[in-house]
Amino acid sequence: MQSSVQLTASGKLKHFLTVSGLSKELLTEILDTADSLIEVGERNIKKVPLLRGKTVVNLFFEASTRTRSTFELAAKRLSADVLNININTSATSKGESLSDMLKNLEAMASDMFVVRHAQSGASHFIAESVTPGVAIVNAGDGWHAHPTQAMLDMLTIRQNKGQFEGLKVAIIGDILHSRVARSQIRALNTLGVDEVRVIAPNTLLPKHVESLGVSVFNDINAGLKDIDVIIMLRLQRERMQGALLPSEGEYYQLFGLTRDRLKLAKPDAIVMHPGPINRGVEIESEVADGEQSVILDQVTNGIAVRMAVMSMAMSGQTEEQNILNEKRANESEAIS
Amino acid sequence: MKIEILNGKRLACPADNAKDMSTQWIDFERIEIQNGMIKSINQSNPAFKADISIDGTGCYILPGLIDLNVSLREPGYTAKGSIYSETKAAAAGGVTTLCCTPETKPINDSKAVSKLIEELAQEAANCEVLPLGALTQGLEGEQLSEYASLKNAHCIALSNGYHPIKNLAISKRCFEYAKTHNLSVFINAIEASLHQGVMHEDEISTTIGLQGIPDLAETVAVSQLIKLAEATGVHLHLSQLSTADAVAQVKVAKERGLRITADVAIQNLLYTDEKVANFSSVFHCMPPLRSEADRLALLEGVKTRVISAITSAHQPHEAAAKQMPFAETEAGMSSIEFLLPMAMKLEREHDLLLTDFISAMTQGAAEVLNIALPQIAVGQKANLCIFDPSTSYVLERENIQSTGKNTPLVGQTLTGCVKTTIFEGRVSYSS
Repeated sequence: MQSSVQLTASGKLKHFLTVSGLSKELLTEILDTADSLIEVGERNIKKVPLLRGKTVVNLFFEASTRTRSTFELAAKRLSADVLNININTSATSKGESLSDMLKNLEAMASDMFVVRHAQSGASHFIAESVTPGVAIVNAGDGWHAHPTQAMLDMLTIRQNKGQFEGLKVAIIGDILHSRVARSQIRALNTLGVDEVRVIAPNTLLPKHVESLGVSVFNDINAGLKDIDVIIMLRLQRERMQGALLPSEGEYYQLFGLTRDRLKLAKPDAIVMHPGPINRGVEIESEVADGEQSVILDQVTNGIAVRMAVMSMAMSGQTEEQNILNEKRANESEAIS
Repeated sequence: MKIEILNGKRLACPADNAKDMSTQWIDFERIEIQNGMIKSINQSNPAFKADISIDGTGCYILPGLIDLNVSLREPGYTAKGSIYSETKAAAAGGVTTLCCTPETKPINDSKAVSKLIEELAQEAANCEVLPLGALTQGLEGEQLSEYASLKNAHCIALSNGYHPIKNLAISKRCFEYAKTHNLSVFINAIEASLHQGVMHEDEISTTIGLQGIPDLAETVAVSQLIKLAEATGVHLHLSQLSTADAVAQVKVAKERGLRITADVAIQNLLYTDEKVANFSSVFHCMPPLRSEADRLALLEGVKTRVISAITSAHQPHEAAAKQMPFAETEAGMSSIEFLLPMAMKLEREHDLLLTDFISAMTQGAAEVLNIALPQIAVGQKANLCIFDPSTSYVLERENIQSTGKNTPLVGQTLTGCVKTTIFEGRVSYSS
């Protein structure tokens, strides 16, 4: 449904906006490409020339340290020139519209925008309005999608579990406001896991959440049974306002991942978290730093996954432009 | 000016002993119009020399449509539209009477603004404009506007648009004071505290992560409003219902004999929230496009006349208002020009007869406004629309009369074309 804008006529990635609508084969290709790029980070000279001569603009309308720096490193390891622009939303509200700002940046001959924005659909909007040939990579839009985070999580799961078939995955926390959860659920179902569970109080679940392809648990103890992969979500402090939750204390008591609770899952279950972690709010420190935690692997994998989607999207754009140029050449030949 | 219309089909009306606006089309040979009135039907007067002769072959002649909710954008928002441009668009849509919302700048909460609108509308002379006065001062939901002055300045009813009333006690006083002046209240039913999102709350909002507006935001408000109307005796008109549950509540209230009416925006009859799945901002509407079940209940409401009227809920916007991430775009569609082609689509695809649509936009709307029923009969005001139901054409952006080009119909093939609109005996639009 939402895939057409991000694929070329031949079904290759040309933007990376959402996991939704992408085939299992394409997601697997991203993971395989990322796998092959992991060794670049282990080299003495950590560079490959896949984006040499290209300009990548990191356009962050929301504060971010981890995502922005891994995107920056990924682009640099692909030999691109990188421009980082941090815009807090108050600056755009001063006058210049998003469209005008993009036109200005395009005028600087940018080849790719990595976009993070507080509004759902912002990267779709940008992909639909930029000049053909410019690739958009979604680094998180509102509550909608955070597809590179989901794919680095998938890579981490595959490294640890070998495959997706037969796995039971639990996502615990604020599903309602989470772009990460939405993208993870889509990716996990496409890649063929056995079951995705969401564990949260009803105030943090969107309406008809089961339509995303999940089973719903309000009780963490029941929800953790037989689980292979536990994904914790960050709880934002502002959720205490607006009557979504009474207190951090009660949340931790009911939904916090403690050592005792971890024992309810399968003994070889892995623990994941997209970060930044709130120790003692959603997860006990000992669990975050424990043997079953793969939280730091996620960060390392983030660079490889971002290198993979950036190079794939750029090559999709190049291919499309080549076809277009060829077509134009043929047409002008036909005229002359 | 003398106009003759030759050889068409006209809609039967009470003057033809039809019990109300009927489903019957009657062939005619000639209709003569003079001094703003229908002078004769099927009588050949040798002395009548028409200035304009309109060939009605293959066309339907219907009474001019009455639209209960139109944003004319003037004064104050002329980048989006002006009284001239939007009444011109109305004429192109076959509309001869419309109610304009008070959400102008300055807000229409005073005699001065009402008079300004009236003067500009008379100057434009494209259709009759009946202003809705602000229910509260500045639409702030706290203080009563001067209803007597507004009525005196020809405001037909009162509305607070989508601006919330601060609390139920203030709503109650507004209704009491409106009843005192025998004015109807047009209310967009929303419970503000539940009305936080930008689209219908359901599976699609959950999937794409846009904040949803629950049905409850409307249904809770409708039940409170019905209670308040019953207690105060005011004529409550519920503007642009969007949910199945609200239709059911109105049905019960009407069965109980309460003076409650309702309308629906044509886009809520045609589209659902699926249209928003790709963040398409042209479908960012208020009320939001809701589920298929809601849409079907609204259609059924029109067919059974629980919902009295259909409106364009016309909201023209400049291009920039729609060129942002979805939630930051402004809500509303430019639709008044395409009412009849949209009605043709409803008839083809959704089983709502064109005659039911016409009835809702003439008789139904007239009953809500408590004005004379528009009829095609000798001695009646010549407000007519000559509609060719069979012509198909692709809508080009530059052919849109309204300043607002924010319609999903651009580039689509439309069937049905308003050929001529006659307002008070003069041609207000000709294709």
